[in-house]
Amino acid sequence: MDHWIPFWPDTAAVNAVVVNNLYIAELGLAGVIMATVIGMMLTFCIRYWRGSPASRANRVQKTWHFEIAWTVATLAAFLVLFVWGAQVYVWLFEPPPADEEDYVVAKQWMWKIEHPGGQREIDALHVPVDKTIKLVMASEDVIHSFFVPAFRIKHDVVPGTLEVIWFKADKTGVFRLECTQYCGLQHATMTGQVDVLTGADYARWLTDQGVHNSLVQQGEAVFRAHGCSGCHDQNSTVHAPSLVGLYGTLVHLQDGSVQLADEAYIRDCILNPRSFTVAGYPPIMPDFSGQISEGDVFELIAYIKSLKGAQEPDK
Amino acid sequence: MSVTTVERAASVEPPARSQPSYLTSGNTIASWLLTRDHKRIALLFLASITFYFFIGGIAATLMRLNLATPQGLLQPAVYNRMFTMHGIIMVWFFLIPSIPTTFGNFFVPLMIGARDLAFPRVNLASWYVFNLSGLVVLYALIMGGADTGWTFYTPLSTVYANGYVFAAAMAVFINGFSSIMTSLNFIVTIHRMRAPGMTWMRLPLFVWAIYAVSIVMLTATPVLAMDTFLLAVERFIGVGLFDPNHGGDPLLWQHMFWFYSHPAVYIMILPAMGVVSELIPCFARRPIFGYSGMTIALMSLAILSFFVWAHHMFVAGISIYAGIVFSLMTFFVAVPSAIKVFNWTVSLHKGSIVFDAPMLYALGFVLLFTVGGVTGLMLATLAVDVDLHGTYFVIAHFHYIMVGATVSAFFGALHYWWPKITGRLYPEMWARFAAILTYVGFNLTFFPQFILGYLGMARRSYTYPAVWQSWNLLSSAGASILAVAYVLPLLYLGWSLFRGLKATANPWGATGLEWTISSPPPKHNFERTPVVVTEPYCYDPERHTFVTQEGVLHDE
Repeated sequence: MDHWIPFWPDTAAVNAVVVNNLYIAELGLAGVIMATVIGMMLTFCIRYWRGSPASRANRVQKTWHFEIAWTVATLAAFLVLFVWGAQVYVWLFEPPPADEEDYVVAKQWMWKIEHPGGQREIDALHVPVDKTIKLVMASEDVIHSFFVPAFRIKHDVVPGTLEVIWFKADKTGVFRLECTQYCGLQHATMTGQVDVLTGADYARWLTDQGVHNSLVQQGEAVFRAHGCSGCHDQNSTVHAPSLVGLYGTLVHLQDGSVQLADEAYIRDCILNPRSFTVAGYPPIMPDFSGQISEGDVFELIAYIKSLKGAQEPDK
Repeated sequence: MSVTTVERAASVEPPARSQPSYLTSGNTIASWLLTRDHKRIALLFLASITFYFFIGGIAATLMRLNLATPQGLLQPAVYNRMFTMHGIIMVWFFLIPSIPTTFGNFFVPLMIGARDLAFPRVNLASWYVFNLSGLVVLYALIMGGADTGWTFYTPLSTVYANGYVFAAAMAVFINGFSSIMTSLNFIVTIHRMRAPGMTWMRLPLFVWAIYAVSIVMLTATPVLAMDTFLLAVERFIGVGLFDPNHGGDPLLWQHMFWFYSHPAVYIMILPAMGVVSELIPCFARRPIFGYSGMTIALMSLAILSFFVWAHHMFVAGISIYAGIVFSLMTFFVAVPSAIKVFNWTVSLHKGSIVFDAPMLYALGFVLLFTVGGVTGLMLATLAVDVDLHGTYFVIAHFHYIMVGATVSAFFGALHYWWPKITGRLYPEMWARFAAILTYVGFNLTFFPQFILGYLGMARRSYTYPAVWQSWNLLSSAGASILAVAYVLPLLYLGWSLFRGLKATANPWGATGLEWTISSPPPKHNFERTPVVVTEPYCYDPERHTFVTQEGVLHDE
């Protein structure tokens, strides 16, 4: 372990570069503001201390000229920062098409990760370099927050819903993963590491795990075990919405609202079906909350997303 | 400056006081505990909040001791309880009541020329309610404390945490009623009991600040009462309000909590701004720069503070469009803050500046507040907040505002008004030393935490990777200096109570009405109701004169 005093974190993802630039610009502005205030304060304190003979005549009487000047100046600078920050924020929180999707389950006090090939790991995440990785995250108990300082990405993992973030590492290496939302006794040790590997090393790592069933295959097994297939299979005679090609479409609900069928929507439909009845279908789906773990939900989601094809308008 | 009636003051001090001071009129314990005199109630509050300040300070000391090494000193469970109790006690039992209930209580009636607050009994009741809530929080602490963080995030606090969460939440619930009573009292007093001639635009800025903060307290605190009540309902009865397993929404808690607790940040800082607006003109010996701009800035801060709460939730899973709106509002709230910083600084221009301890505290306030302000801008910027949220950067930022700035202003006010409150002068050199030590110790403690935050150190962690130790050690070392700087005034101010020189009515040569009566003030403040003829801060650095608000011209 090196004993240099660290001043700056690793910068190991395209996300981190973009945030770094904004951070440096803000440090610059902060420096200018501090220098202005300290400079004025020091100048005035030295020039106008009690014993100084400097003239005090002709003090500024009309102050509003100055006040308007620095109101406008600060407002303009602030608006630039606001727009810049908002643009990057939207970019950070709207995932682009991903090369790989991994699933993260947070619980007191560990990170459980599942890869699409069915590989599982705890408190560690292996990813290939220069690939866009999308993480779908759920919590089994309290609010956690997934944070990789070297990537400058963070998102709370709130129980009862799914959260999505993405990153694209551009350096290989091992980077710290931590929880930044206080989550109970061992919050401080709810850490892990992100191993960014070259493409070849990553492929080797995946095969070394010796897993036989991919996440989709596991999901299909869950789909049958919980009886989902009884209604939602294409051959089923029950009047239930088709899941083929569902992911990413807009769904019209009975209550008149329109929902994007993303991961969170699919999860909500499984665990709280009565609130998400699809228009034109009877509300007959049983409630699976409490019977199915967040890990199983992820497998189901992976399976449902794999059902490619045209969404039928109505059965 | 427009002075309508200017008369030369007699060169002698006011004649020997014709009635006993508020301190000597009645010496029984009952005369203190049942007093309805706003000045005595202010001292009761001062004693209470000083006690809690040191309790919260002990928790902070243990935390910094633990963080001096990565392996730590305390058990994780103890550390988690320490930061929770530190937060709860410092926020609700020191910072929020600090300046309003002590200096506000003591000086608002004196500054507007009134004989007491509008509702003296409500004022006393407020102190008793405060102490009741204090007993409940001490009960929670002694029984083992809560371990949720002062923010009580659900569902951790309602379903998963063990500890005395209910007692801690009830302490906060009860404490709110004290805030409400005190703020209501101020609003009515400032509206109804100003002396003849004390128009709104002649009010000292400290009174304006207390007025602004009272409005925020009165409107925000009931929401906190609802929050903590709902928290108790879920924790005890299991009604699904915040717990998603029972159909609740964890983010609902955060919205409701921050709807109070963001304005609460302004409850802590606005009175401090008022204090500094008194100190700077008095020790720079010139009028404040842009009086009306300062009042507008105070009121806009009070109002805008209600529309920024979700900037605590940028990474919590709120809609990104909501995030954008709240970020914009947060930048707007920074504008009046910037106006105030520039106006204070320019208030030094062509002054005749004296560097007594209150002025050193005030200048320290401006610098620390500015650091807190510019780092606040960084946190308001959405993308940067994604990185910094939940790290030590946030800890450093809000300590710069709430401790660096507010506590500096508190000590500035304590020194400035000490001669008026006690009738004794404090030892100036010791006080200057303490003021400088506070500034140095504070920066040493908290500046390293900005760096730790960007490096990625998560808040509320009892341990950290060994590479971060140098900064943590520096921070802990700074905290020990800061501790000395905070204990020191207790010693020399205590000494001055018995051995300090007697104070004259107006030792600083200040213009406010509170300085026109003897030190310490007589029981009923003013023998005759003062008539105000001029704006505050009529100091003339050219001729070395000043005009009190009653229009009396004095030589320095």
